[in-house]
Formats: sequence, C-alpha cells, structure tokens
Amino acid sequence: MTTTQFVGTRLLRREDAPLLTGEGRYVDDLVAPGELHMTLVRSPLAHARIRSIDTAAARAMPGVVAVLTGADLLGEWGGPMPCAFAIPGMHASTHYPVAPETVHYIGDPVAVVLADSAYASKDAADAVVVDYDPLEAVIDLEDALSDRVLVHPELGTNTSHVWELNPNPEAVERAFASAAHVVKERYVQQRLLPSPMEPRGVLAVPQPHGGELTFYSATQVPHFVQIFLSLLLGIPQQKIRVIAPKVGGGFGCKLEIYGEELLCAALARKLGRPVRWTEERSEAATATIQGRGQIQDIELAADADGRITGVRVHLLADMGGYLMLLTPQIPLLGAFLYHGVYDTGAYAFSCTGVYTTKTPTDAYRGAGRPEATYAIERAVDALARKLGVDPAELRRRNFIKPEQFPYQSPGGLLFDSGAYEAALDKALTLAGYSALRAEQQDRRARKDVVQLGIGLSSYVEMCGLAPSRVLASLNYVAGGWESSTVRVLPTGKVQVVSGTSPHGQGHETSWSMIVADQLGVSPDDIEVLHSDTAIAPNGLDTYGSRSLPVGGTAVYLATEKVIAKARTIAAHQLEAAEEDLVYEGGAFAVRGSPTSTMALGAIAFEAFSAHNLPDGMEPLLEATTTWDPPNFVFPFGTHIAVVEIDTDTGDVTLRAYTAVDDCGNQVNPLIVEGQVHGGIVQGAAQALFEEAVYDPDGNLVTATFADYLVPSAAEFPSFALDHTVTPSPTNPMGVKGIGEAGTIASTPAVMNAVVDALAPWNVRDIDMPASPWRVWKAIQAGGAQ
Amino acid sequence: MKVSLTVNGSSHEHEVEPRLLLVDYLRKVVGLTGTNIGCDTSSCGACTVLVDGESVKSCTMLAAQARGRAITTIEGLSSGGELHPVQRAFHEHHGLQCGFCTPGMVLAAVSLIAEQPHPTEEDVRLGLEGNLCRCTGYHNIVKAVLAAAEGVPA
Repeated sequence: MTTTQFVGTRLLRREDAPLLTGEGRYVDDLVAPGELHMTLVRSPLAHARIRSIDTAAARAMPGVVAVLTGADLLGEWGGPMPCAFAIPGMHASTHYPVAPETVHYIGDPVAVVLADSAYASKDAADAVVVDYDPLEAVIDLEDALSDRVLVHPELGTNTSHVWELNPNPEAVERAFASAAHVVKERYVQQRLLPSPMEPRGVLAVPQPHGGELTFYSATQVPHFVQIFLSLLLGIPQQKIRVIAPKVGGGFGCKLEIYGEELLCAALARKLGRPVRWTEERSEAATATIQGRGQIQDIELAADADGRITGVRVHLLADMGGYLMLLTPQIPLLGAFLYHGVYDTGAYAFSCTGVYTTKTPTDAYRGAGRPEATYAIERAVDALARKLGVDPAELRRRNFIKPEQFPYQSPGGLLFDSGAYEAALDKALTLAGYSALRAEQQDRRARKDVVQLGIGLSSYVEMCGLAPSRVLASLNYVAGGWESSTVRVLPTGKVQVVSGTSPHGQGHETSWSMIVADQLGVSPDDIEVLHSDTAIAPNGLDTYGSRSLPVGGTAVYLATEKVIAKARTIAAHQLEAAEEDLVYEGGAFAVRGSPTSTMALGAIAFEAFSAHNLPDGMEPLLEATTTWDPPNFVFPFGTHIAVVEIDTDTGDVTLRAYTAVDDCGNQVNPLIVEGQVHGGIVQGAAQALFEEAVYDPDGNLVTATFADYLVPSAAEFPSFALDHTVTPSPTNPMGVKGIGEAGTIASTPAVMNAVVDALAPWNVRDIDMPASPWRVWKAIQAGGAQ
Repeated sequence: MKVSLTVNGSSHEHEVEPRLLLVDYLRKVVGLTGTNIGCDTSSCGACTVLVDGESVKSCTMLAAQARGRAITTIEGLSSGGELHPVQRAFHEHHGLQCGFCTPGMVLAAVSLIAEQPHPTEEDVRLGLEGNLCRCTGYHNIVKAVLAAAEGVPA
C-alpha cells in the first residue's frame, strides 16, 4: 500500500544548492587538459556558392593548430546530417556540419579553426578569407513556394512536402456549404529564437587507450546524441559516453543533433586532443534552430447559434535552409489539434513545407501545439465578434463535454480526460471577468486613452508522445517509451536511474518524491541519476512534456517491481505468505502479527548477501521498467490575459494574467507553477516582443539580445494561478505533462486581449509581436473611435 | 599587463592581455566558473558580479579596469556553508529552474536590496530589468527578492 506523504506537496528542490552557489557545472565550466578551442567561420551571405577559401593567414597565427574547410572534412562523415522525423515522399535536403560547396543561410559554417585558446581561435577565424559567388536569397514563404529561386536546385522545387489529414472530405464540404456563418482568418507565426540562457556548448574528450570518447554537450537528448555520433562517425556506440552536465535550459532547441557536436567529436578523434566549442549569443541567433515560422489559413463553419460544425486549416511552414532532426514534422505535431477544445465535427488539415535561405526551424517549446492553439483560439474570438456573442459564452457552447471522454477526436486521437468548462469557470471567477467587462465598457464609453482588452484562451494539448507504434505511423525514428531502474542499496539507501534528461525541470526532486512515497523512505535517502549514458544507458530524454507522464511513470513502475521482489524476500525470511504481508512505512509486517516485521534496508541487505534467498531468485534488490504508454496525455485549461493599450502611442501593457491549468494529479505543485509561470512569459513574449526579423537579403537583423527582445521582469505583472484536477487514465499516477502548457495557452490569450481592446477601431488582427508601432498603425487604419 | 585585485576576499595578481574581459579573467584565470556568460552585448546579466559592492556586468569591464577593486562572485556570497539570505529566498520561493541566470540574478538582487532595503514589487521588477531569465517567468524571482528584503532589518 502506498501512502502519500510527499507527492502533492511543495517540497523544495534538491537541485538548487549547487546552482545557487556557483558549484553547478555547465559544459563551459569543465576543463580538459590540452583542450583545443573551435571557432566556426560562418557565411555572411544567405545563399552563395563558395568559390575559394584561403586559410594560409589563419594557419600562420599564434596558437592555431588546424584550419579546415567543408571539403577537407567530407571524409569524416559517415552520412549527411540526420532527419529522424521524415515524411514519406518528401524532398529532403542533404547537408553536412560544414558546407562544402553552397551555403543556405547566414551562419552556415564554411570552415573551422582550432587553436589553443578561445581568443586565438576567434582571431584566426577572422583571418580566413572566403570568396563567395552570391545567389539570390529566398525569404518570403509565398515567394519560396513559387520556385522563382530554388534553394536546393537538385530537388527541383522548394516544396519539401505536402501533408494532409482529411478523414472525411465530404463532411467538410457539407459543413461549409450549409454553414450559417463562416470565419476565414490568416495568421502569421513569426520566427522565434529559442534563447535558453545557456547557449550551446560541447567538449569532446578522446580516451585514446580504449578508442573511446567522452562527450559533454549542453543537450536535452544525450541518448540521441550517442546514437548519432556512432552512426555518423563510425565510432562503436558502446565506446561513446555522452554526458549532459548542468544544462541551462533548452526549450526544444537542444533537442537536436548539431554539426558542432559532430565536429568536436570528429576533430577530437582526428587530433587526439579534447576539442571544445562554446556558442556565442549572436552566433546562436543563426546557428541554433529557430521556432515557429508559419502562415496559417483557418476557416470555421458555424450554425446560426454559433456551434462550430467544421474546421479547415492550411499551413505554409518555413523549413529554413535544411531539414534538421525533426524539422518537417514540427508543424504536424499540431495537425491533430486545430479544432482545439471544441466538438466541431468535420475537420481537415493540410501543410506545405517550403525551403528558404534562413536558419532551419525545429522544435521550440510546444512545437506545433502553440501554433494550433493560436489559430483556433484567435478564430473562435473572430467568430464571437461576428456573432456578437461573449467569447466565454461561445467557448462554453462548443466545448467537448466531460461525458464525451474518452473523446474520439476528428483528427483521429483519443483525448484521455477533460473538464473544459470547469477550468473556464474557475478562470473567469479568478480573473473577475464580469468586473473587467464592466470596466472595459466604461473606458469605451468614456473614450479613455487607455483601453482595456480581455483575452481568453482555452487550450488542450497532446504530450508524452506514445505509444511507439503510433510514432512509427508518424515515421518517427525513435519510440515513445522511457526507462528507469530503481535500486535499493545494501545500506538501505536508494538509487533511481532515469532515462529522462532534465535541464531545469526538477526531475531529481519529483522522482525522489514519487519513490519516497512508494517505498516509505525519506526523499533524502534517494539519489536520482540521469543524463549520462554510462549511468543511464537507456532513455529517450526530455522534450514534449514527456518526462513525468512517461519517465516518471517508468520510475513509479520500477519501484512497484522492487516492492514486489522485496515482498517475496520478506515472506521467505518471515516464513509468511506473501498475501499476508502489509508494506507500510518502509517495512513489511505480517498481518495480525505486528512484531513480525522486516525493514526495506534489511531486505536489501539480504538481497545483497544472497545468503538466504528463495530458491531461484537472483540476488540484489533492483528492478528496471521500460514504459511504453498506451496513449498521449491531454492537459488543458483556460488562460485570461488583461492588457491596457495606450491608444495614443500603441503601447501594450500586460496588466493581469490568470491561468487555470489541469495536468491531472500534481506531483509537486511548486514545480508545476514554476513551469506555468515560465511558459506564460515565453508565450506572451511571442505575442508582444519577440521576432526573428530577416531583411530581403536574408540578414537576421535581430541577432543579439539588444535587438531580439527577450523580456525582463519589468514587462510583466505577477500571475494568478489555479488548477483543476482531472486525472489521466493513461498512466497509474494519473498525471499529465505541464512543461509547455503555459506557452501554448498564453500567446493567443494575449493577442485576443490586444485585438479585443481595439474592437472600437474594428481591428481584426495584428501581426505578432504587437509592438507599439504595429498597434498604433492598426488604430490609425481603423479610423477615429 | 599586470592586474592585482581581490576576489571574494583573496588577493590575486596576474599578467593578462589588455583585452581580457573581467568575466573571462574570473572564469579562466582565477577558475571561478559560477559567473556565467549568456550573451555578448551586455544584455542578459548572467555575468553580474559585485565590484566594491555594486552590481556590474563583468562582460562590460576589462580585467584591467578592475585593478585594485574588490570583486564578489557567487562563490563568495555564502559563508561558512550558510546560504546568503537572498540565495535562501531563491530556494524557498523556487526562484530558479535551470540555474544559469541565477548567480547573476542573485547578485543583482543583493545589490538592489543594498540600495533599496524595502523595495516594492515594481522596484524589484525595474531593478532586475538588466537580468534575463528564460525559465521562471520572473514571478518567483520577484517573490524571492521581496521576501529576502523583508528579512532586512528596518
């Protein structure tokens, strides 16, 4: 029997102490004797052929050990850079860590310099002379679609793929033909720079005596990195140890196999010396994948009462210059969710991917689901405006009802559990919705310079991608399982090994709470080990809000197995029947014989000494589980943003923000809230501040934190959070992921608020970010109030 | 050129390149890696240290400019195994997730409280404007700083 003592409590994080004192070690903090520093020479042009590269001056500079071009390095690679999430029939680009002939975005590497210090390698990189033959840049998505200029002429088209989900085309046609109201909207998902505070970094240390490589990377996916280093460099997998030490955030952009990782490993092997690379921030702007980048066309069909009867969506998605690990499928992770939380009946989705001469796109917090939620939540507000119905009321009319769960969605998913109206109601109350509407009316009536906008966003998302068979049908190379080993040591202390790879999410704290409750021990007696392929060899790492529903469940199930084995040992030792044993407070007791007990530590020691185990039982008290969930989990909730807009200047202030989320049972509400807070700011930043702006020549003009506006504390209020609890039936703890929900919900909430504030000017849309300039222009275009 | 200064109370003297940034001096020469580098435009504040008690982004300063000054890095903030009240407040209010901005954020907060012992929420938000965090949404950082300031005697 499990007693809940820690799960559900706000236990403070065990991760904090080393991070608060500077003892935590990120990749750039590690030192390897004799290490070389790598600097990449990157293309200053978006699209160009390399005519020649002169490395002589660089090679002659002090401290320089090697200068190598893409052509010099071609022999190192066992294959091109990987795409692990392909689409059948897609036109796949081929690329290598260093471009041998043609560059396809600003920042595309053309040469590498290795020197004995970082400053020396940067000086020498500046001395490499590259002669380019410029080609025309392809920046605009519709221009890319026209094939006027081909990014990859060998493919014959800029279209990477067209993907459709249209299970019942006649139903969709019928819904739109018979609709009383049709809303047709176009939204732009601007490109974003993921911007974890720690840029990327790599340190590859050759271990010549075993032909081995110890490889440190600021990655979310050490297990993926190990496999691809082996496949692409021909180093046997068992001889590669990948360690993700402290990692300073990821947000999807460290879910990747990067050329710099392959380069450090290949050059360390080639030169027999450790090779380090630390990304600079302005380098990260173009060298690290970017997020979003879509034009969304969405149509809603509705009956006279505003009941949505059909949703039709087409995306034009920006792949960038190459397909990276998951690039083509990222927009499709939203493909099943463009009807949102609404029971809409007919549903059709299609997506066209195009190449441009910009940095490749890939996973960024939410990956596909924020885009889907944005489109449907903005469109539902547009329908509400058209009908003159309060947006909360229109949502209520269309929600999938609690009794419909598990809900067979029109996109073919089975939504596990939900109570959407309850979350909406709670959010409306917490935000003081009717008072806000009254204040809004008052300000409108007074023609106040500062107008109020109230924006709702009711979301559902799918996370914990699984089961593996379903991922196979989506052409994902890996599975959706997660692995854990739980080990009770001879002294009674516990090791938990997890295949997840946290980088800020607090898994050590959460996993220890789960196991502490099950085993009846203190969390302080539990060590959680992860992010090192020599310690945790099996894992699929951390992304897509999978860690708790998949990885945490694996921990839970492995612990159950440990208890089952301990029970057999205790029954043998106590000469009792297993079914007569009760496990409580860290010990087995024989029912009705309270003095006959055996503590977990004593059982673990028996399992270790193996002097008196049941016949045929293997020694040691440990168990491993690999959990492949039967389904995704579907967190949901309602967020409400309140903005004030100075209509003279166009300045938008986020005045208040309310979030009611439902991630099922919560393991640690403190950590859940932290995830939501961070997500809100990241999503609201897309609405109000952030944009990767390219000029027509393909220059990224927002390549530093001075130009790309990652917001500070000064731009935000404190938030009002609450939750509902609708356990998931998908896993035994009833949990759902919460890592991305805040980002998914907040962008449309804030933009709906901005547009709502400007209703008196008949403003229907403003491109993100809603900068003062754009808002002011929209007000001017809308005419006098 | 020669620089001599104190870092966390210890005297240091080194021959350095004139262009060496203070942050690189602290990390590579002195070997204190708690001070992180998050950008190259003095925008993010991850490298914030205290110079004679005032917060400074150590990427905006040359090691040479720190001659004769007293530097405090995150490693020098706690004493005798006890966390500084600001560090403790960050722990108690979950004011950190990945931890990369944390050393700079904590030192900026220490400096802020020294200048404004009883800040309002707005004071804290404006005071920390130069320090970026991508994980926490600032909510709990602000809470932590306000709580730490409450502990300061009136």
